[in-house]
Amino acid sequence: MSEEIEGTKTTEETVVNDQNEMDDKVISPEKVEEAKLKARYPNLGHKPGGSDLLRKRLTKGQKYFDSGDYNMAKAKVKNKQLPAATSEKSGGGEITGDHIPTPQDLPQRKPSLVASKLAG
Amino acid sequence: MAGAGGGGNDVQWCFSQVKGAIDDDVAEADIISTVEFNHSGELLATGDKGGRVVIFQQELESKNQPQCRGEYNVYSTFQSHEPEFDYLKSLEIEEKINKIRWLPQKNAAQFLLSTNDKTIKLWKISERDKRPEGYNLKEEDGRYRDPTTVTTLRVPVFQPMDLMVEASPRRVFANAHTYHINSISVNSDCETYLSADDLRINLWNLEITDRSFNIVDIKPVNMEELTEVITAAEFHPNQCNTFVYSSSKGTIRLCDMRASALCDQHSKLFEEPEDPSNRSFFSEIISSISDVKFSHSGRYMMTRDYLSVKIWDLNMESRPVETYQVHEYLRSKLCSLYENDCIFDKFECCWNGNDSVVMTGSYNNFFRMFDRGYRQDVTLEASRESSKPRSVLKPRKVCTGGKRKKDEISVDSLDFNKKILHTAWHPQDNIIAVATTNNLYIFQDKL
Repeated sequence: MSEEIEGTKTTEETVVNDQNEMDDKVISPEKVEEAKLKARYPNLGHKPGGSDLLRKRLTKGQKYFDSGDYNMAKAKVKNKQLPAATSEKSGGGEITGDHIPTPQDLPQRKPSLVASKLAG
Repeated sequence: MAGAGGGGNDVQWCFSQVKGAIDDDVAEADIISTVEFNHSGELLATGDKGGRVVIFQQELESKNQPQCRGEYNVYSTFQSHEPEFDYLKSLEIEEKINKIRWLPQKNAAQFLLSTNDKTIKLWKISERDKRPEGYNLKEEDGRYRDPTTVTTLRVPVFQPMDLMVEASPRRVFANAHTYHINSISVNSDCETYLSADDLRINLWNLEITDRSFNIVDIKPVNMEELTEVITAAEFHPNQCNTFVYSSSKGTIRLCDMRASALCDQHSKLFEEPEDPSNRSFFSEIISSISDVKFSHSGRYMMTRDYLSVKIWDLNMESRPVETYQVHEYLRSKLCSLYENDCIFDKFECCWNGNDSVVMTGSYNNFFRMFDRGYRQDVTLEASRESSKPRSVLKPRKVCTGGKRKKDEISVDSLDFNKKILHTAWHPQDNIIAVATTNNLYIFQDKL
């Protein structure tokens, strides 16, 4: 730091100068954290907190169950010809109806019949 | 110093009660999602993720123990909301109670509004302590008597019975929200209330369930252009035409319902200017307001964002009049807090009865109080270790770096799964209710 002090300055000014120079060199903790995040997830969008996050928030709770897909998947198990048909259609790529939830996969939606433990 | 509290720097907080199971294995249904005192403070309601409401009632002060305030014991409990499935949209509707708001008491019964993501319900809680006995035509068990045996006229008389508290749903306000309801607020006119979801706010009449007025709509024509959502809303405590709503961008809009039917144009916009050079990826996320509360006086409002609590004077839109740092040491942990989703935690805040102290929760089951007058703050902990009856809570301190003193806890040792999101302060006395994940703590000041 001492090489940056020019001429004759009072002690107070020197201290202030030092502080300003220090601030320039110190990055805010938030920016440090941001750099860390970008290092871990380089594909993170440049819209900070923006519409992607918001839209994710708006669609909370969606569980898809399409009876058509479900029945297709059931039929696929029974009838081995079906997978070939679907893969031809989708250009030999993904087989639809394979990874969607079935009623067994969905968590039980029974209402709480048990009383709250706060009332115990 | 001992502790910040209402009315002085000599308030000491003592453990009073704790409700809930001790075991560490927490069932999801038992997660407390809202805590609210009624207007007199005699009743304390909690809602949980399982859709249940538990109401505690304060016992009358015992003449034998004038040093103690009455304890809160279970008064009523009921299943408010049940899980639902919207078949049309393939949407699961959680039964979690997002908010409970009490109506001011008008007669012997108590009324509260409770809401989940989609439906608001008005519940009546009434007491029954006598029943009619001695019917002329019926036996005591309800069977009708043989008419030929009835030779005299007997008029039934009310006889005392064991107190029974009944909760019944009086109104169901449904199908008015496409998005998830985050707030409800009863108007000071006691006739209307508002409900707010991510993009819209509706005005209801407590008597009418098949209609509500939309008073704020911030849904963009093209959802790709969505930049902010509504995070909380509240009616002014005594001006029945005024309400505020906060956003995910850190702004608060005050609206006057006299100005127009649709309050998309705000009357006031409260926003703290941001230094653009300080802007980071996290800036907007941590500026999102998770709670907004008017002071009891109606002169101020308080907002909670991820790291701080701000007090705003309704007459000054340019910046808050007071800012309190809740846990500034987390600023250098934002990356991990983003990865574990904690950065999206929605903390609430509350005022004490005379608006001199504000309180909010933090992690590690810590909660913070800021005394506005004495400019003091304190960090306390809700834990089973410090739950001996009437034991004074010891202030806690987080060590931010360097040498950790004895009794301090380092930032890296904080348990981010132990969050205090919901707290409530008795409207008159120094009694507070603090909810950990599945336990409700009640603390009182030392008398």
